[in-house]
Order: sequence, then structure tokens, then C-alpha cells
Amino acid sequence: MTASQVLFYAISTVILGSGILAVTSQRIFRSAIWLLLCLVGIAGLYFWMQVEFIAAVQIVVYVGGIVVLIIFSIFLTQESGKELPKPIMRRTVFALLATLFGFAFTYNLVYGHGFAAPTGEAFNVSVAEIGTQMLSTTNNGYILPFEVVSMLLLSAMIGCIVIAMKPPSNKNAGADMLFAQDVPGTRLITPGVVEPDLISEEV
Amino acid sequence: MYDVPLSHVLFVSTALFFIGMYGLFTRRNMITMLMALELLLNSVNINFIAFNKYLYPGKLDGVFFTIFIITIAAAEAAVAIAIIINLYRSHKSIDIESAAELKF
Amino acid sequence: MAGYTYVILVPLIPLVTFLLLGLFGRYLGRSSGMIGTAGLLAATLLSFLTAFQYFFGANHVNGVYEPISAFKHTWLQFSPGLSIDMGIMLDPISVMMIVVVTFIALMVHLFSLGYMKGEERFTTYYAFLSLFTFSMLGLVLSVNIFQVYMFWELVGVSSYLLIGFYFQKASAVAASKKAFIVTRFADFGFLIGILILGFYGGSLDIATLVERLTNTASPEFIAITAASFFGISVLTWALTLVFIGGAGKSAMFPLHVWLPDAMEGPTPVSALIHAATMVVAGVYLVARLFPIFSMNSAVLSLVTWVGVASALIAAIIACTQTDIKRVLAYSTMSQIGFMMFSQGLSKTSGEDGLGYMASMFHLFTHAFFKSLLFLCAGAVIHYVHSNEMRDMGGLRKLMPVTHACFLIACLAIAGIPPFAGFFSKEEILLTAWNENLFVYGIGLFTAAVTAFYMFRLYFSIFWSQPFPTHAKQPATAHQQEGSLTMQLPLVILALCTIAAGLVPFSKFVTADGRPLETHFNPLFSVPPVLLSIIAILVAAELFKHGDGRAANIAAGLGLVYKAASKKFYVDELYLFVTKKIIFPFAGRPAAWFDRNVVDGCINGLAYITASTSNAIRWVQSGRLQHYTLYFFGGIAGLAIIFIYLWK
Repeated sequence: MTASQVLFYAISTVILGSGILAVTSQRIFRSAIWLLLCLVGIAGLYFWMQVEFIAAVQIVVYVGGIVVLIIFSIFLTQESGKELPKPIMRRTVFALLATLFGFAFTYNLVYGHGFAAPTGEAFNVSVAEIGTQMLSTTNNGYILPFEVVSMLLLSAMIGCIVIAMKPPSNKNAGADMLFAQDVPGTRLITPGVVEPDLISEEV
Repeated sequence: MYDVPLSHVLFVSTALFFIGMYGLFTRRNMITMLMALELLLNSVNINFIAFNKYLYPGKLDGVFFTIFIITIAAAEAAVAIAIIINLYRSHKSIDIESAAELKF
Repeated sequence: MAGYTYVILVPLIPLVTFLLLGLFGRYLGRSSGMIGTAGLLAATLLSFLTAFQYFFGANHVNGVYEPISAFKHTWLQFSPGLSIDMGIMLDPISVMMIVVVTFIALMVHLFSLGYMKGEERFTTYYAFLSLFTFSMLGLVLSVNIFQVYMFWELVGVSSYLLIGFYFQKASAVAASKKAFIVTRFADFGFLIGILILGFYGGSLDIATLVERLTNTASPEFIAITAASFFGISVLTWALTLVFIGGAGKSAMFPLHVWLPDAMEGPTPVSALIHAATMVVAGVYLVARLFPIFSMNSAVLSLVTWVGVASALIAAIIACTQTDIKRVLAYSTMSQIGFMMFSQGLSKTSGEDGLGYMASMFHLFTHAFFKSLLFLCAGAVIHYVHSNEMRDMGGLRKLMPVTHACFLIACLAIAGIPPFAGFFSKEEILLTAWNENLFVYGIGLFTAAVTAFYMFRLYFSIFWSQPFPTHAKQPATAHQQEGSLTMQLPLVILALCTIAAGLVPFSKFVTADGRPLETHFNPLFSVPPVLLSIIAILVAAELFKHGDGRAANIAAGLGLVYKAASKKFYVDELYLFVTKKIIFPFAGRPAAWFDRNVVDGCINGLAYITASTSNAIRWVQSGRLQHYTLYFFGGIAGLAIIFIYLWK
């Protein structure tokens, strides 16, 4: 057993173990931490496969972005220490059966497929190579999907803001109330309290 | 490097996929469902990278797909969380069972 | 040919006013009456121009007035020979008819300005009148027998709308329904007749049909006479069915029951529709297809006898009615009976075609004096606020103009020279004298009865006892004879009634288009005139003084009088047939079938759908995870099918 193999099986164990814990843990915050670990493990798998750029993206976007976002939303919506409600027993059984069946079915197919042996060709995933092809307008260039995805990100950003915004009717009502009190030229005079400048004018 | 067969890598991704699937089925909290969804996407990414590396090392298509999927996953997570927050505002809960109005 | 295209404006102007008043009426208010009248004035002038150009123009070929197709648009083409066209045909009778229709309609529009004043649905009234005028003009100008049918139905609809104009009154609603159902029933016959003629004749064009079905050698004629149904040739069936349609519209016995009830409508409407124009549509229809009718003596004798029976029965019933409009309605029916039997006795050409010409002539004169009578009756009703004869009397001092006009019209209908009715009635009686003495006898008797009941009406309204002060309305200052717009049409129509008989009608309208020399025979005129004068004197003796003499005679007649006053129980017979026979034996089972079988099928279908969806609605639980499970199950199922089973 080579070191590479050992490394792979160790990483795989981390990924699967933390993945299972992430979907079964009864405390949501712990669940998020297990997810974090799982994603880091996947980044490790990418390092193991020598696609360092993707591994870096994985850590930056997933670990640094999405998981942090998830943790924020957990803080916004839950008491994080509280236990999650128990899953419904019947559904758990069904889900377990369905996923086990699905896994057996799929892996049976994958195992029996017989992929071609590695050709031994060099696998060049340097950042320069990726960047050139990504922005290339020639036949194998990815400039169009790149632009489309940038549009998608922009619209998703706007969409998020619109969705998460407070309903405008409440805001307006509040503004109206404020405005009503601040109408220029009207002054609130509480009975019994005589304002000094009024007195001085009268005198 | 190639001493681990492709099928083992695929075992990891398939198992991860069905773990995510299980989470999607059993979790009642929407944020945890979202996490399960991330696991699904990641297992697909592993597949893409593995196929690219093992079967077509001369090309970069798998890598690009992974990049795009990560991008889209980020967008999707942001939108999903916006929806979840909005739902929390109206239902005071993000339990999926409490948002079951969309029925017969 | 080209010079007649403008005729299309004659029906189109009323259509435009109808649309204008119907769509924008609420913004027009009081002025809608003026708009309708002005539009019709234009149409009337155009139709006068048409008549002038047609009768005195250059299209007098070999002494025959040629039919002219002024406008023709192929609308629905079924097969190369069979199409429904919209067009305008000018021949002597259609030109005569447009003159009559536009002129009478103009008078009625004018009269209504005063009569309907202050009516809530004034604009609607004028819109309906315009619709009617449009339909009637379209009917008489039709080139295609199906065009006739369409306008025929439109006329029926506008008649229905106008009879039911006072829809707050239950009796008006019932009357409009009755008119619609009875005429619709008859129109069903007409439609089948049209279809038969179209099927065998291979065309719906009137001119083509006439040409083919009058030529005994043409294949169409041979086919239609050779085919038979229940032992009677199909031609006879077709013409009989067409005649049933005409009889329904013209209120011929036994389909006349709707006409007296139709008097529920406003009186000017009765003058226009139920006296002068629509009810003579049946006569016009027979005249339009007269060459075909004349090929079949069986149908002609049916026409004759239906006409005779209607004339006589209606005249007798008219003697007993007390509602003045009903008297006039029966009188109309009787006069149309005259026109019908005159056509039934006619031949197509030459001297023997006198009956046809006489019928058209009577139609022409009748339009004037009968609409005059109705408008006078309208003026009287406007004044007295009652239709009943017993509420009237002694009005001659109070309404001098109406009185004079009514008298002229009565003399005309009684056939006293030199008023219009005399000439036309003489021609009809002459036809009968030449063709069938029995019919002549009945015609003579009916003419005398006509004079009697008309003068019964006249004396009861204008003489009799002095105007009863206990009548519903006390005599107040507002009770004047009526505004100028009401009196003017009366005077114009009275002048026409005097003059119309002097028109040399036989020069213009004859069966074969050739001018006909009529011989005025003073000796022949003596018996009818004498009889009429005697009848008038009897009526004067009985009704002039308003005492009980007439009632005594009526009591003496006993059962006969009662039967006549109950209109010979025709209505009761119809009610018996519908209520005791049709409803229990046809209507109820059909209703049961409809309710239980037809509705049952629909309800069952709905029930099955509802219960099925109720049973499976739990699938739509609204729970996201159920849906993901189904989704997963679906994918797995498809994967299994495609990978293992679909090899």
C-alpha cells in the first residue's frame, strides 16, 4: 500500500464520516461544523488528485463562503444550541431503504461498467491553462458560459436582495408615521408645559 | 497517483451522493436540507474531476464544469437562504413541515 | 344597370340608425327620435327616386319591366350552383314594396315622436323601429330565397321586441312570446320548403329558381314533380311548406292567433308592423314565387281557400270585439285573406293575371288606409287612455282631424268610391267573379261585413253617447287632439288614401310585367257598393245612438255571437292541444329523459372525477420531502426501465 493510497482512504473516511454526521447530527450548529469538515475533506481529495486550483476554489467558495453563509443564517433563525426536532421514524426508515437501494443500484452499475485504463497522459491543470481556455473565444473556449454565469450571479444577487428585503408596506407605514410627526410648521405643544420662547414673545 | 482505481473514487462520490439524499429525505430543518444539497453537488464535482483526470487527462472540461457548478451552487445557496429568511419571517419557523400550505 | 347601386342605401340607412341608436342611444336622449326620423326620410326619398327611375326610366323592354339586380354579393358558396347571396333585386313588386315600407315607416316614425313622448325607453323604441325597417326592406329587396329567410327572421325578431316593448305588462310579454312561437313554428315550414326547393332546384337564387321550376322541360322541374312523398309531389310539399311560412307571418287561419294579441305593442308599431308591412310579407312571398306557385294548382287552391276562410272568419269575429285595436287586427287579417285568395285565383299572364295585380294593388292601398286607421286609433287611445270601445263615444267634436281621417279610412276599407279600397277590392271581386262564383259570393258577403264592423267601430268611437266624463281621465286642458307631429301623418295618409286608388296600378305591377288594361265596369261595381252602403246604414242605425239595440240583437244571436266573440275558440283549441296532448305525451317524457339521462350522464362524469381526485388528493401533501421521494422513485423507476428492461 503506497502512501498515496493511504492518503486517499484516509481522506475518503473523513469525507464520508463527516458527511454522515452532518446529515444525522441533532444539533444544527454541530451539523454545520461537520459539513465544514466534509467540504475541507473534499478539498483535500482535490489536492490528492492534483487539481490545486479547484481545491483552492473549493475552500474559498464553499468553506469560506457558503458554510459561513449557512452559519449566519443559523444564527438568524435558530437558537443554535437547541436540539433539532426528531425526524419522523417512518420516513427515516423509508429514506434509509431508498438510499441504500439507490446506492447499491448505482454502484453496481459503476462497478460493472469497466472504465478504460488510465492512458498515462500528463494532466496539466495549471492556472494559466485554465485561464486561457476559460476566456478563449476559439472552439474550445468557455467565454460564453463564463459570461452567462456572470449574468446569473448578478441576477441571483439582485434576487436575493429583493426576496430578503422587508415587505415595503411596513416601511412605508413607519415612514408615514414619522412624517406625520415631523410636518414642518406644526409644533407639538403639550398642555401644561409652556415653552420659553413663546413666553418671551408674549412678554 | 493512479494506484487507486477509478471505481474507488466513484464509490466515495456515490456514497456521498446518497448520504446527501438521505439528509434531504430525513431533515426537517430547511438549513440542514440545504446542507444536504451541498453534499449532493460536491459528490457530482468529485465525479467530474475524477473522470477528467482518469479518462480524459488531455482536456479540461471536467474542471470547467466543476468551476461553473461551484459558482452556481454559491448563487443557489444565497437565493435559498434569502428564501429561508423570508419564510422564517412569515412563519416564525423554518421547519419544512410548517410550510405545507401548497397542497390540495 | 349601374344607375341603381344607390338603392343599397335604402336598407342601409335604417341599419346605420339602428346601430347608432342602439350603441350610443344613451348619449342621444330625446334627439334619437329625430335622428331615426331624419334617416328614414332620406331612405324614403331614395326609394321614391328609385321608383321614379324604375317605372319611368329607360328599362321598359318590349313593354315589360325587367327585373334588375342592383347589387349582388356572393356570401356563402356551398357548391358551384348553390350559394347564399346578399343582394338587391328591383322588379315592380319590390320597388312598390320599398315605397310602401319606407313611406309608412316614415309616417309611423313621425307619429311616434308625439305618441311615445316621455316614454322611458324612447331611444330603444326608435332603435327597434329602425331595425324593423331595415329588415323589412332587406326582405323585400332579396335576390336569394335564403336572404329572404334571414330577413324574414329578423323581421320576426323586431316584431317580437316591439310587441314586448311594454315588458312590465305580463300580457305584453305573453303576447310577444305567442307571436314569436307561432310565427317561428310557421317559419320552420318555410325553412324546410326552402331546403326542398334548393335541393331540387339546385339554386337558392330566386330568379334562377323561377326560371328552372317554371320550365316544364327542365331537368329540375321533372325531378321535383316526379319525386313524391306520401303520394303528393314534392313540388306541392315544398310550396305548401313555403306557404305555411307565409301564412304564419300573414296571420292566416289557423295560424292567426298571434295577431290580435300582438296589439299589446305600442299602437304606431301595430300600424307599421301588424297592418301595413310585416303581415303582408306572406302575400309578398307568394307573389315573389308566384310563377312557381302557378305551376301547381293544388297549392293555389290551398292558398285560395285559406285566404277565403281567413277573410270570412276574421270579419265575423271583428264584429264582436270591443277592443278597438283588436277589431282592426281582425280587419287586417280579413283584408290579407282577400289578397291571398286573389292570388290563389290568378294566372300568370294577360287578362287572367288580374288576380295577382289586384292582390298587389290591394296590398298597396291597404297599407295606406290600414296604417291610417291604426294611427287614428293610436290618437284616440292617446286621448282616452283606453282601448275599450265602451270608454269612448262622442269624440267627433273633440278630435275633428282624427275624426275626418278615420272616416276617410273607413270609407276606403268599406269600398266606397272614390276611395282607395274601392278600386282594389273591385279588382279582387272581379277576379273571383271570373274564376269561382262561390268565392265571389263569400267575398261579397265579407266585404259587406267589413263595412259593417268598420262603421260599428266608427260610430262607437265618434258618435254614440257623448264622451263619458266618468272615463279614467277627467277632461283637462292637456287633453288636446295631439301635437302637430301626430296630426301631420294622419292628414298625409288620409290624402294618400284618397289618391292611392287612382294610381294606374295595372300599368306597373302585373303578373308577367306587361301592363294590363283594366276595364272599369260600373255595372259590376253596383252590388258590392250597394251592399256596403246598406251595411253602413245598418251599423249607423245600431250604433249611432249608443242605446241597447245592438246588445239586444247580440243576445238574440245567442250561441253564434258568443262563439264569434270568443274567436271561435281557436285559442282554446291550441291550448288544449298543447296542454293536454303535447305537454303530457311529448314534453314530460322529454323533460324526464333530459333530467335523468342526459343530466345523469353529466353529473355522473362530474361525480367520478370528483371522487377520483378526492381519493388521490393525499398525493399532493404539500410536504417537500414527499415530493423529493416521489421524484427519486420516478428517477429510479425510469433508470430500471431503461437499463434493464429496455434493451
